[in-house]
Amino acid sequence: MSTNNSIAQARKLVEQLRIEAGMERIKVSKAASDLMSYCEQHARSDALLVGLPASENPFKDKKPCIIL
Amino acid sequence: MRGVTSARQQHQLAEAGEPWWRQRESERKRPNTRTSSTIPSPLCASSLKMACQALQSGESLATLKNESDSLKKKLEEERAKLHDVELNQVAEKVELVSALSIRTRRVLKGHGNKVLCMDWCKDKRRLVSSSQDGKVIVWDGYTLNKEHAVTMPCTWVMACAYAPSGCAVACGGLDNKCSVYPLSLDKNENLAAKKKSVAMHTNYLSGCSFTNSDMQLLTSSGDGTCALWDVESGQLLQSFHGHTADVLSLNLAPSETGNTFVSGGCDKKANVWDMRSGQNVQSFETHDSDINCVKYYPTGDAFASASDDGTCRLYDLRADREVAVYQKDSIIFGASSVDFSLSGRLLFAGYNDYTINVWDVLKGNRISVLFGHENRVSCVKVSPDGTSFASASWDTSLRIWA
Repeated sequence: MSTNNSIAQARKLVEQLRIEAGMERIKVSKAASDLMSYCEQHARSDALLVGLPASENPFKDKKPCIIL
Repeated sequence: MRGVTSARQQHQLAEAGEPWWRQRESERKRPNTRTSSTIPSPLCASSLKMACQALQSGESLATLKNESDSLKKKLEEERAKLHDVELNQVAEKVELVSALSIRTRRVLKGHGNKVLCMDWCKDKRRLVSSSQDGKVIVWDGYTLNKEHAVTMPCTWVMACAYAPSGCAVACGGLDNKCSVYPLSLDKNENLAAKKKSVAMHTNYLSGCSFTNSDMQLLTSSGDGTCALWDVESGQLLQSFHGHTADVLSLNLAPSETGNTFVSGGCDKKANVWDMRSGQNVQSFETHDSDINCVKYYPTGDAFASASDDGTCRLYDLRADREVAVYQKDSIIFGASSVDFSLSGRLLFAGYNDYTINVWDVLKGNRISVLFGHENRVSCVKVSPDGTSFASASWDTSLRIWA
């Protein structure tokens, strides 16, 4: 029974690897440039990256700070 | 669970900060000796049939092993061929990120014990958080008001999620279940009374997420599986088998990219799954230790992971490989959680050394370190509109940074 299980597991692994091997891949250079262009396109609307003025950010206090 | 740990031992280990319930791959029982589980393993059910077919077609263990070895080799070669450049090399021409002015803007106090998980509501102001003592709290992030609070019948509520409609929250942990609580506008109403048990696993619940609607829930568990459930009926719609140890985290692909999700676990693997077929479509194994958190890049073409090996890594799905490692010799504690800023340029990572590091996703360098928490950071999540991010910690507080 345990041999049958091992064969079943090995078969499953082979099927899994066949699926992964059949995948269409692109070059890292292409993938990297796509990531970069998305970052650049959306940089301006990324509040944590460029910062939002206090008037537009509900989490930033609008009152001026008084340093005691 | 790891052997028989007495309640006293559990308490001691928990106080020392050890996730005593977590079972590493080496400690897991082999699938052959596993007792029957709520979620049927395809191996048990069809193993005899497959074995017969295998014997009929003349396959033996040896030929199968040869084929799997040659396929693995072929995969490595294919991946290597496309590795023509490093991400940070391509990113050399990108402008440096200017100094960030991020600081703590809110501190949410109210939990009596370690906060383990949190999630934002789509309205960008409410959050739900869950803690070790079983409390689940819904907060208004602007006013610090606690809008709802419920006490779960179990401790270590490791997962919580806000429903897309904002009308319910899901949570679970050592009870091995994921329950949905509809949120009532009536503050006096007893939330616990309306609780609905949806998911049932055979080990602790580590993660949960609603899909695009309130109707379906995706869960990950210490039993090594992920599962998709119908909230109304509690029916199991699909189960995902492939991890060989506890699954610690899951994340749904952004809606535009279709029906996939990524999971990470104690087997050091990050797996990408097709939600409809249950098929594991891609697998990545480059971390040296448990993967605590996985999070998609905004386009869905890549995802980041945080691991006990102290590194965070970026994997590109179309190139099918790891493309960046975010690490420093000075970082020796595990990373528990990651999230991207709106544009995908910044990666916020929470660590067991109480800090949050901000990484430049493209260039690979650390931009800044955020201090404030007084114990491990367990969860970091950027708000839905990207104006802030929240962090949850074992110091019993949550912080909102902007």
